Amino acid sequence: MSIYEAPLNENTPPWPYTVDYDKVNEVTTDVLIVGGGTAGCHAAINARKKGAKVLVIDKANVLTSGCGGSGVDHWHNACTNPASGISPEDQVDEFQNCRKGIATSEYGSRASHYITARESWDALQDVEEWGIDIRDVNDEFVGADFRDEETKLMFAYDYDSRTVVRVQGAYIKKAMHDEMRRLDVQIQNRVMITSLLTAGGKIGGRVIGATGFHIRTGEFYIFKAKSTIVCTGPSTRLWVFSTELVGANSIHDDPNDVGDGNAICYNAGAEFGQMEAGGRTVGGFRYFGYGTGNAHNTWFACTIVDSNGKEVPWVDRDGKEIKNVADRYRLAKGQKMFYHGPPPHPYETQGPTLIHDLAERIESGEFVLPFYADLPGMPELERKAIFGLMVGNEGKTRHGVYEPYTDGGYDPNKHMMQANVLPPEEAGIHKPWWNGQGPPQWRETAFGGGGGLVYDWDCRSTLEGLYTAGNQMLGGGNHSQSASTGRYAGRKAADYALSADQVEVDKSQLSEERERVYAPVKRSAGIGWKEFQAGLCRVMQDYCATYKAEETLKIGLEWLESIKESEGQQVFARNPHELARIMEAFSRLTVGQMIMEASRARKASSRACDFERVDYPEVDPPDWDKYVIIKREEDGVSISDKPCDYWLQEPYASNYAENYDAHNGLDEKTTRVIGEAAE
Amino acid sequence: MSDYNQAYMVTNPLAPCTVVEINPDNCTGCRLCIEVCRTDVLVPNPETLMVPIVLFPDECWFCGDCVAYCPEPDTIKMHVPITEKVGWKDKESGDRYRLGMKNPPPPYTTPPVGWKSVREK
Repeated sequence: MSIYEAPLNENTPPWPYTVDYDKVNEVTTDVLIVGGGTAGCHAAINARKKGAKVLVIDKANVLTSGCGGSGVDHWHNACTNPASGISPEDQVDEFQNCRKGIATSEYGSRASHYITARESWDALQDVEEWGIDIRDVNDEFVGADFRDEETKLMFAYDYDSRTVVRVQGAYIKKAMHDEMRRLDVQIQNRVMITSLLTAGGKIGGRVIGATGFHIRTGEFYIFKAKSTIVCTGPSTRLWVFSTELVGANSIHDDPNDVGDGNAICYNAGAEFGQMEAGGRTVGGFRYFGYGTGNAHNTWFACTIVDSNGKEVPWVDRDGKEIKNVADRYRLAKGQKMFYHGPPPHPYETQGPTLIHDLAERIESGEFVLPFYADLPGMPELERKAIFGLMVGNEGKTRHGVYEPYTDGGYDPNKHMMQANVLPPEEAGIHKPWWNGQGPPQWRETAFGGGGGLVYDWDCRSTLEGLYTAGNQMLGGGNHSQSASTGRYAGRKAADYALSADQVEVDKSQLSEERERVYAPVKRSAGIGWKEFQAGLCRVMQDYCATYKAEETLKIGLEWLESIKESEGQQVFARNPHELARIMEAFSRLTVGQMIMEASRARKASSRACDFERVDYPEVDPPDWDKYVIIKREEDGVSISDKPCDYWLQEPYASNYAENYDAHNGLDEKTTRVIGEAAE
Repeated sequence: MSDYNQAYMVTNPLAPCTVVEINPDNCTGCRLCIEVCRTDVLVPNPETLMVPIVLFPDECWFCGDCVAYCPEPDTIKMHVPITEKVGWKDKESGDRYRLGMKNPPPPYTTPPVGWKSVREK
């Protein structure tokens, strides 16, 4: 007998909350929002402004929940800010041009990207109104290359196109939360949603609410709504689950992002696209995000020196050496914008980087390991922008990096931070090689890599009454994308709700769901949630990793189903917290099935999807330049496809602006008046 | 027999480290840290107004929200695990340091840009 399974006795401390698995709570609203992260909050606020009654459900606490819950330091796509050098059309075109075909980043979902490019600056001004400093209000950066003297906005990365704004958003979530409270948005924290309710209980029917349970008290919840916006995060820890590896628990995405949204929408019958896409995980062995020196992302464009203090040169996209620090932040001649990432990146948007042949020059002995990020050698205001502003405000970095590091004696004016190096084949997404990857069978679909809900120009899914925003969308992305699409989806879902009827809930759908959810608490022994979760990961590693083939995917699907009907009926929970972790594993199991179904359907390999079919090795053949679409039906899974620019095809107009203008749902209550921003 | 000869049959540590340390002398038992934790790492102590219990350390995301929201100064400290501790080098002297080392350099006391307490936000 193991200690874990030992019988409970009088010495076992009781659960600290009052538990009542039999209690049923019923709440009715106009707009129900599942997931109160960045997208969910902006959606709630905008739906409320339209006059709808709004209820937000979150598995954690809206005050701090979601990927942006512990801060944000830079805000993308603010193309309409007064200092911007490019238009929304330019930005979308630029990415369209250089990412032809299926794209996996936030830029792949170009309808949502266009919405973002149009509304990102408005959303940022909303945030400013709610109390977040988005400008150099204390004039600490006067004279810096990245500061616009008129607006006091400070830009990151590309100082010419000026669309990425540096913001002091360590407590941005509290600002959103307080605004929701002010507007009387209803919030229900600590409830996990496990199913969507549909009219008549039918798969593919209109979505009329959701069910969930309280992860502290175990009580059951029925939410009846006229429209529902799913704003949940991507599915994390589907291929690797280990609570011993701290790195696996320090990845970008909130650990509550398990794919609940995918599972509930798929089970309700909504269409999903690009679920086969993924990539190698950056978690596992990594350090805290932004906690080591490097030359990209938040640390862009820090000088890197070798063990002897010799500088690693920077080069432009043509490989020509850049002599001074200021030019690392400048566009190449004729370039409209650049992406602050390492090569290989499409030439059109390739920005300055460290020399492209650094690996060879380390191996030849020209540069001696270890490397360091030479913040002391950077101009004072750049140093302060990187460490003081960005590391000081980015998600999880104020109290996770800035505070412990500086308490421990790290002084950015004097000290050069370690900049870890890995061989190029092991390097993470932010080469040169600072991010520890796990073995190749450890993959993920998170951080912009995976698929999501198919949506239209109303940010509506393929089901009536079901809307989506942020990371849950096909090709969802970053903070500004979540905020912008949240605003948009909030307006559209409110418009629908205000004209729709409330539909009665199907009783058998409720009773079946209650039976399913509470089964683990009715068992007193069996399999614990960690074994169950890790077991699913093993199936993903073995049958849906880098090399995919028809037979492996087929076996993988059989195994997931086998685990569901065997071990899945043996998992047991001794408190509502364990029950939540078990239900999360069931969500992941569904997401795993979705990924394997979509992977089987794409009978070609794809660079953009980081997708390798051993039995279909041809990479991105023209016939396969389309989204693979999966949908659950009463009698199985249906597979179809959609063109990569379905949002510019019938019944829509053939250009972005026309679609946006026709569908955006803005009215006098939700439109930002130009020049209205707080100074 | 000395006390240290008394051994116990206990399970292994749940996580590689203690994720948060709460100073019992300063903690007022207000439970705000419990409310902001996204994974319920902390749960209320059955004894009211007592220091919360770190029940699920293996689920900590190291976001530091409990630290941010604690109203009492120097009460909650996030414990950076050894695996996540970094090193650095003094540019002038070449001296090497490690987070958590014995006799570290003095703290760098400049706050981050835009620093204010979460309660002022």
